[in-house]
Amino acid sequence: MIAPVSPRPHTFAQATLPNRPLLKIDHVDKSFRRGNSTSEVLKDVSLTIEKGEYVSIIGHSGCGKSTLLNLVAGLTQVTAGAILLEDREVNRPGPDRAVVFQNHSLLPWLTVYDNVRLAVDKVFSTIKSKTDRHAWTMHNLDLVQMGHAKDKRPAEISGGMKQRVGIARALSMEPKVLLMDEPFGALDALTRAHLQDTVMQIHTRLGNTAIMITHDVDEAVLLSDRIVMMTNGPAAGIGEVLEVKLERPRDRLELATVPAYLAARESVLKFLYERHRFVEAVA
Amino acid sequence: MAATASSAPFVDASVTTASASAQAPAAKVVHALPVAKRRSRLSWETVGNFFATVVPPLIVVAILLLVWELASSGPKATLPAPSRIWLEARDLIVDPFFVNGPQDIGLGWRILTSLQRVAIGFALAAACGIMLGCLVGQSDWAMRGLDPIFQMLRTVPPLAWLPISLAAFRDSAPSAIFVIFITAIWPIIINTAVGIRNIPQDYRNVAAVLQLNPFEFFRRIMVPAAAPYIFTGLRIGVGLSWLAIVAAEMLTGGVGVGFFIWDAWNSSKLSDIVVALAYIGVVGFILDRAIAALGNFATRGTAAA
Repeated sequence: MIAPVSPRPHTFAQATLPNRPLLKIDHVDKSFRRGNSTSEVLKDVSLTIEKGEYVSIIGHSGCGKSTLLNLVAGLTQVTAGAILLEDREVNRPGPDRAVVFQNHSLLPWLTVYDNVRLAVDKVFSTIKSKTDRHAWTMHNLDLVQMGHAKDKRPAEISGGMKQRVGIARALSMEPKVLLMDEPFGALDALTRAHLQDTVMQIHTRLGNTAIMITHDVDEAVLLSDRIVMMTNGPAAGIGEVLEVKLERPRDRLELATVPAYLAARESVLKFLYERHRFVEAVA
Repeated sequence: MAATASSAPFVDASVTTASASAQAPAAKVVHALPVAKRRSRLSWETVGNFFATVVPPLIVVAILLLVWELASSGPKATLPAPSRIWLEARDLIVDPFFVNGPQDIGLGWRILTSLQRVAIGFALAAACGIMLGCLVGQSDWAMRGLDPIFQMLRTVPPLAWLPISLAAFRDSAPSAIFVIFITAIWPIIINTAVGIRNIPQDYRNVAAVLQLNPFEFFRRIMVPAAAPYIFTGLRIGVGLSWLAIVAAEMLTGGVGVGFFIWDAWNSSKLSDIVVALAYIGVVGFILDRAIAALGNFATRGTAAA
């Protein structure tokens, strides 16, 4: 599936770092075919992500953000180009690229504990003993402050709590890359802020690599090391990549007046609303 | 019921605190009076609810019996009136479990024999139906190939299967079970297939990320996700398999409520047939409710996401 080396120009200058990148998205195209018509969703997308980086992907609806994430997750296949995780091609889903789905996707017939335990049992069946797997499940539930609700079913807890469990399930697989598809999109503003803080704490503590799709400019600036801004579809690509040079740990209240934060926010807003204004008729 | 239970401790608590804190007697009276009123009104409500559910069917049954009695009391009446049935088939009505001889036994015994037959046929239908339903639900190719055949065969009435199964098995007992099986299996297959088709893509994605193997996917995702549909199919199936009992027992003879009806018709005991019909109706109703209750118990938590 590796595409021939194309003479296409890179959409942005790739940083050359001494250590090898953890994840490499290399000139990826994706098109969907329905009957005779082919719709090109992504065109020539290249991006490298280092270990421990938190990268947000932002763009207007329908620009192929979710498609890009599904490609990295292995849930759909690239049309051209390649995605490499630690130099190995990604062509099917796996627990090393755990996904936090937008609508939590917990199994409603299992308790909170069993939802996480299912993942733990599957990933660590040969590596960890039964007691260790129990402890690891509880550890991950406690990490998202959901240990107290372990025996509840998803229908009995709030939307924010479900998403916490979804995050715990993904973290419990010890993924090399944590993929989050608008993880806070369906939540109210207060719950969202709360969960963002939790995710920031976990990221500081575990140093995991994460890719997050978002619509929310503040969320992107607050959480990310880099913000990948996508152009509008069809045939969307990476328009610009912004490095967010803000000290961690970050505090949303203190940041509100920090010039670097405001500048980052402004440049993302300008990209989205001036240069790549969303035109409904195009879609 | 819940209202009475939850309000009772509250009522007691208010009375005890009132007396314990040694308030003025007047205050006590003010507390006690509405409490007493509320309690009696609530219990009357419960009794009222009970009567509201039980009385209407009783009245309707009484009216129907009366109409029936009047309609079949004339000299030219072809069917027995309820009073005549009571006179002729009293032993069958009052005592389901008497034994007077090899063919003179209570209808309870016959029902049990028939139930055993239905249990075997239905269990086979459930097992095969769920497996075939999973296949049809999971594979587009199987769906296209098998669905038209299922849709055609499911309309064949139980009696029509009799000669073919007899010819195939050359023995009455397996043929009878086959007739029950073939009558009950279609709704189980079709509902299971619909349930599998309706598994949300999210659950499939979860399974893909976790790399569940086909067996784990079947056990952890497919069966629980499709369980509400499967139980709907089982419920329709158990009703149909009970419908097929008369057809099935025309073959087997011997003991069984279906054969009893066939036998009573041959010896023109119309009253016995009416009593047997009532027995079959009641047992069918209980079977349906039992599967529904089992379904509710097994699928609690799957209904809401």
